[in-house]
Amino acid sequence: MNVRGWFGSIYKRLLHIHKASDAPDRYLALRRNITVIMLLVTILPLGIMAGINHFQYRKSIKNEVIEPLRVLLGKSRHSFQLFLEERLSTVRFVGSAYSYEQLTHERTLSRVFRVLKDEFDGFVDIGLIDGSGVQVSYAGPYNLLDKDYSGQSWFQEVVIRDTYISDVFMGYRKFPHLAIAVQRVEESRNWILRATIDTNLFYELISAMGLDPEADAFIVNQEGILQTRSRFYGDILEEIPFDLSAQTYGPHLMETVDPQGREVMVAYVGLEKPSFRLVVVKPRALVLRTWITLQGEMFFVFFVSVIVIIVIVMKLADALVTNIKEADDRREAAIHELEQTQKLSAIGRLAAGVAHEINNPLSIINEKSGLMKDLLAFSGDFAKKERFEQLVDGVIRSVGRCKTITHRLLGFARRKEVYFEELNLNALIKDVIGFLEKEMVYRNIDLRFQTADEMPAISSDQGQLQQVFLNIMTNALGAVDDGGRVIVTTWEEDPKTVGVSIQDNGPGMSEETIQRVFDPFFTTKKSGGTGLGLFITYGIVKKLGGDIKVHSKEGEGATFTVYLPKTAKQGEASSPEEIS
Amino acid sequence: MTQMNLLLVDDETEFVTTLAERLELRGMTVRTAGDGEAALPMVEDDPPDIIVLDLMMPGIGGMETLKRIKASHGDIPVILLTGRGSTKEGIEGMRLGAFDYMMKPINLDQLLRKLEEAAEKVDE
Repeated sequence: MNVRGWFGSIYKRLLHIHKASDAPDRYLALRRNITVIMLLVTILPLGIMAGINHFQYRKSIKNEVIEPLRVLLGKSRHSFQLFLEERLSTVRFVGSAYSYEQLTHERTLSRVFRVLKDEFDGFVDIGLIDGSGVQVSYAGPYNLLDKDYSGQSWFQEVVIRDTYISDVFMGYRKFPHLAIAVQRVEESRNWILRATIDTNLFYELISAMGLDPEADAFIVNQEGILQTRSRFYGDILEEIPFDLSAQTYGPHLMETVDPQGREVMVAYVGLEKPSFRLVVVKPRALVLRTWITLQGEMFFVFFVSVIVIIVIVMKLADALVTNIKEADDRREAAIHELEQTQKLSAIGRLAAGVAHEINNPLSIINEKSGLMKDLLAFSGDFAKKERFEQLVDGVIRSVGRCKTITHRLLGFARRKEVYFEELNLNALIKDVIGFLEKEMVYRNIDLRFQTADEMPAISSDQGQLQQVFLNIMTNALGAVDDGGRVIVTTWEEDPKTVGVSIQDNGPGMSEETIQRVFDPFFTTKKSGGTGLGLFITYGIVKKLGGDIKVHSKEGEGATFTVYLPKTAKQGEASSPEEIS
Repeated sequence: MTQMNLLLVDDETEFVTTLAERLELRGMTVRTAGDGEAALPMVEDDPPDIIVLDLMMPGIGGMETLKRIKASHGDIPVILLTGRGSTKEGIEGMRLGAFDYMMKPINLDQLLRKLEEAAEKVDE
């Protein structure tokens, strides 16, 4: 599946929710899905970015903090090397400067030893050993003359390699020291000069490194035996708890957990001769303090961002779904209204067609019965003449009722022709009131006409508007009892619309009646109502681009409100003929 | 009002003959025609005092018949009948010179009043 198809299917699954499903659930699901998608597309990249940053920063910061450690190790190694080299070459120099015979003299050796002690710190003693391993001359605090070293491993080694530096040992001297031995090979014999050095001097070198109190530095031999005292990991000649098996000459770094449970960074370098290792142990937290602070800040920013995103996304989704829901509701209402209009149009078209067809035979019935009446009038008396006259009158009355219906239906169909002209709405309503004045006076009805001072002229169809207001007012008069009240009000609704309300204090309408009040042939009048008045009125108002609303409660009268556009605007609800 | 010479033009024979009879009962002289083509020669031969003309007819139709009558005998008042309940047609006819219009089914008393008015107008 290609990318587009893939996105399409995701989109469909997440956002295309069937309308058939239960509406509230549908919007809940939509909101949930929008929220999930938006969170995914925001937090996922943010998380990936944060992750990449995290590793990148850690890498570069580690390099930054570790580099000084390397430099420090390098320098310190150099100091240690120098210290040992110095002493080794001094011993070598003594071996070269003096002959075997000279050094066998106790006095000469003692003098050399004194000079050494004065010039270099750390010399404990010095001895001359002949080729067979027997110490032939000695200067120092112990009595080691004639001691035989031939069986010891260091002796074998110095014979083979010419120089030897031992590991640190306590020996009989009971303090840490190491031995340096140099072999001189002459034509007749070989001999060995051996000096012992106090390794307490190492501590000066270590303290010169200037480490934090939480850090530790020490020297171990190849087997991991401490050559200097460690602050945290044991005394001299004890084994350290780290595995430093990696064979490196250059600085090597590892992270581990020490026996105290601290996370530590162990850095070490190898010394050339002897094969010691200089080790620095620092708590990880100390080394990476900057990094940990930065990491904390990054986490904080990430966390806050995520919370802000979640809040915003949820609010957005909420607003979005609310808007969608409102749009759906509006659309549904519009569809409902359109259905209503179409229903009325279809009925209207049918009714008008029927009316037209009926009108002609109705005319004939009218004339025939009229003729019958004429003939009755012109003929002399005969049996049951009066009865005949009554019957004919009945026919003519019925034709009259039919005529009212057909004319109204035809009038509805006629709505197609709309003539827009500038007109004064107040004057038009006054005219309509004029038509009804007689009835109102007769029935003692209180009609009040309340008008806005400045009513703008509107563009509409005079004749049809007259019919609209005549219909509504006739209904209002029909609704109120004698002595009742009808209030007609006009006002400017907004810059584009004017409103006219006709309020009566009649019995009002039930909810059911309001629902059907604009349906054709629906009437509540007990006698004579065709049920077409408001149906036609509704059609005309829609045709003129306006709207009509009913507000009523049983026992509280009814208010019909007509809204009309100020400027000519063909209503979307066309006349019946135009809808097919 | 009596001795009024009328011409009724309508394709609905049942209607037109009945109406003619009723008017004759009231002392008028009434002739009838089924469409415009039949009516026009009758107007030529013996111009009536007043013509009652239906607008919905086959053939040349009421409006065209009215135009032709007005062209040749502009002084004869014509009362239009319309079956469509449309004011528009009536108004259009009056613009073309018709005296008045009525909607079917008609009220005979109204028609008689209009005929009288038309007759008075001719007398002026």
